[in-house]
Amino acid sequence: MSNATTGPYNLTGVTPDTGLKVGQSDESGPVLAADGTSLKSSLNRALRKQKMRALLLIAPLLFFILVTFIYPIGEMLFRSVENQIVGETLPRTVVELADWDADVTDVPDAPVFSALTKDLMVAVEEKNHTRLGSRLNYELSGVSSLFRKSGRGVDDFGEVYTDQFVALDPAWEDPATFIAIFAGERWLTANAAYDGEGPRPTFRLAPGVEDVLPETARMYADFARVVQVEDDDNPAEEDPWNAVYLALYEDLSAGAVIPADFPQAALLTQAQDAVATFDTEDLRAQFVEIDEDWADREVWRIIQGYSAPYTAGYFLNAVDLQQTPDGVAWRPENQQIYITLFIRTMIMSTAITLACILLGYPVAWLMANLPARQANLLMILVLLPFWTSLLVRTSAWKVMLQREGVINDLLVWIGIVADDNRLALINNATGTIIAMTHILLPFMILPLYSVMKTIPVSYTRAAKSLGATNWTAFWRVYFPQSVPGIGAGSILVFILAIGYYITPEIVGGTKGVFISNRIAYHISSSLNWGLAAALGAILLVIVLALYWAYDRIVGIDNVKLGG
Amino acid sequence: MANNADAFVEFDRVQKSYDGEQLVVKDLNLSMPKGEFLTMLGPSGSGKTTCLMMLAGFETATHGDIRLDGTPINNIPPHKRGIGMVFQNYALFPHMTVAENLAFPLQVRKMNKSTQEEKVMRALGMVQMQDFAGRRPSQLSGGQQQRIALARALVFEPELVLMDEPLGALDKQLRETLQFEITNLAHELGITVVYVTHDQTEALTMSDRVAVFENGRIQQLAPPDELYEEPQNSFVAQFIGENNTLEGVVSEIKGDTCVVKLDSGEVIDAVPVNVNKVGERTKVSIRPERVEVDTAKLGPDAHTLKAEVLEFVYMGDIFRTRLRVAGTDNFVIKTRNSPDQTKLTPGTTINIGWLPRDCRALDA
Repeated sequence: MSNATTGPYNLTGVTPDTGLKVGQSDESGPVLAADGTSLKSSLNRALRKQKMRALLLIAPLLFFILVTFIYPIGEMLFRSVENQIVGETLPRTVVELADWDADVTDVPDAPVFSALTKDLMVAVEEKNHTRLGSRLNYELSGVSSLFRKSGRGVDDFGEVYTDQFVALDPAWEDPATFIAIFAGERWLTANAAYDGEGPRPTFRLAPGVEDVLPETARMYADFARVVQVEDDDNPAEEDPWNAVYLALYEDLSAGAVIPADFPQAALLTQAQDAVATFDTEDLRAQFVEIDEDWADREVWRIIQGYSAPYTAGYFLNAVDLQQTPDGVAWRPENQQIYITLFIRTMIMSTAITLACILLGYPVAWLMANLPARQANLLMILVLLPFWTSLLVRTSAWKVMLQREGVINDLLVWIGIVADDNRLALINNATGTIIAMTHILLPFMILPLYSVMKTIPVSYTRAAKSLGATNWTAFWRVYFPQSVPGIGAGSILVFILAIGYYITPEIVGGTKGVFISNRIAYHISSSLNWGLAAALGAILLVIVLALYWAYDRIVGIDNVKLGG
Repeated sequence: MANNADAFVEFDRVQKSYDGEQLVVKDLNLSMPKGEFLTMLGPSGSGKTTCLMMLAGFETATHGDIRLDGTPINNIPPHKRGIGMVFQNYALFPHMTVAENLAFPLQVRKMNKSTQEEKVMRALGMVQMQDFAGRRPSQLSGGQQQRIALARALVFEPELVLMDEPLGALDKQLRETLQFEITNLAHELGITVVYVTHDQTEALTMSDRVAVFENGRIQQLAPPDELYEEPQNSFVAQFIGENNTLEGVVSEIKGDTCVVKLDSGEVIDAVPVNVNKVGERTKVSIRPERVEVDTAKLGPDAHTLKAEVLEFVYMGDIFRTRLRVAGTDNFVIKTRNSPDQTKLTPGTTINIGWLPRDCRALDA
């Protein structure tokens, strides 16, 4: 009995790994296959077909997940920092504004306003200025109306120059003059051949014109594009905007060198000689006249601050911070809501998860231990809520929980609660917790049940035969083995809960809403998608962080959704 | 048997039904003295495990008394019975180490730490597993887990240990080693063991007595040799070991022998076991190794039968030959591979015979 040869590790004879031991013992280098190639590559070759087939089988799902899951999340994350609208809508202004220092000069100088005139002209015609207005309005209220108002007046800006050019020579009134200077050969031919079918040929500048009259060429190209695309008209027949004359004035007075063979060279040279005597127009005064906010340093600071294509502004906003000239600072007290909402979402989700564990554990245990027939019946009852719409169930809770509702009536009838002091069970956090616990309970019960189902009855029996009372047997033997089920259920319920939207919306009132309700508000009402995306990204990070913490503390191997 | 003065474990007219319609255990009477190794053997569904579970306290008897050391235990919950138990799937707690598993029964008995450690190490020593105290059950092989389960059932020094097919999941070689270890340990410690198995070899090699269960009843309760050589009915004869059965009618009873006229017309001698009168139908049972091919070795008045050799299997230490005898094709004889033994050739006809005492006339 006690000699070593009968010990479990001293069994002699052939075991399944005997062959392996033999194979390893007399080979020192890499093991070779029968044909002399390395066994590894031989194995790889043999398995390649299987791997390919496996890959092909999962390919549709992989593609589906990429398109419907990974891509939208990436898009959302991108949106939370993306800010190209300012740079795209006001390209000239952003460039001019780059050197402006808010601490030195209160309001930017003339070139900025000239650039703004041109940018705004294009934006108004393309109807982009209101979008930009609402975007910047997230950062400073009032900007939206500022842009809208300015958009109505900007087409008159620079009219002084138009009039003076026309007075100099009526040819400046003729669209053909501009076409002759700016339009490229190929476009001219294509435009002449255009028969009204399909899109108009894309306008192209004549080669070299950008070197001679850079601002005007750029402005005219914008004008031609807008006329063609937005208005579906022929630029050759349309009077250019005042902004084009403004640009021409600027180019000429900046000392453009007109080559002798340049189209309309005589006309241009004549104009260049005259511009020095032109009356000028104070564009800044014009803007301030439309809205004096244009003289406000803050407005310009916002435009300058958000001119970069990417911004942390949405994220700062999502955690109740803001960018100020002195760096990042808290928003005013009365505007701080998101951190409170995040914390509330966490606390209430935790409460819901705990409530689900408390209510779900006994049910799951019963289901795992009853005979199949009763267990199935119970399972149907657990799954029954899935058969009715979420909205119906939540609305039912409204009926149950309201001040004159079933539960309050019952409590009053029993005499626990005074009639004039009915409990507030709905439109607050209590309502949200009650309704969401009910709705998420199956997600706790099912993993718990499937784990408990795999715990053999012999464990508890063994514990009892070893002298444990019912409680000890449960607490020291059964419960630890059901923990993976609790873990899986908790992760499911918690993650579902922090992203829940409909139920808090209906029964939550103001005190019981979650961060997702705010996200939904920004998606569908305020249309601040960037902020919604930032909030969503933060939520995603929180979930991942919790998952990581869970893995560190409990171990993700300890999560089981089934046997 | 009931109310034996020296009975340690006693089943007194115990019945058990799960559904109120069928009895799983029918009128069970069993009494075993202290220190006995008793095996409950039977096919699945014969009620042996139910008996064990009633003894352990996980099932309640529908009727009758179960007494442990003279005290009825029907109403004592399992954890107060102080019975050690080894389960079929070991039931080692997967979230505890080996040492914690063993310490569990000591902890619930509120023993102090040092006593616990000492007892755990002693129990591990009994199964030569001291080096594995820190392992988790999942890191052990089946045989090692079984040793730990055994140690855990013994660590709190119970006087009675129940084992429910503990070796069922192990391979043959390991099973034989552990059979040997378990019996030795049981005898060394002087514990009383009730062992449930459906493996008759296990039952025969390990037990002091074997209770053969069939259909909720004990068919025979006897020491292994008696069970094998003197089965009391045809079920036991069939169930234990290999057995040849010939059917016929009793034609003559004289004292401790009788003559049976087989259905095929031949006449043989037999010991009447549970036949009482002439004309009764009977199944005659002969062990394969008791059949004699060399009829000259038998007495002068012995009846012999003609047999046709159908199949010859060389099994190393023995030869197994299948014969056609008295109308049945399944008559098997086993002969030792000794120097004077001839190999029988299929197709030949030989004479076979046996001593009348090896041939038992049982119930039909």
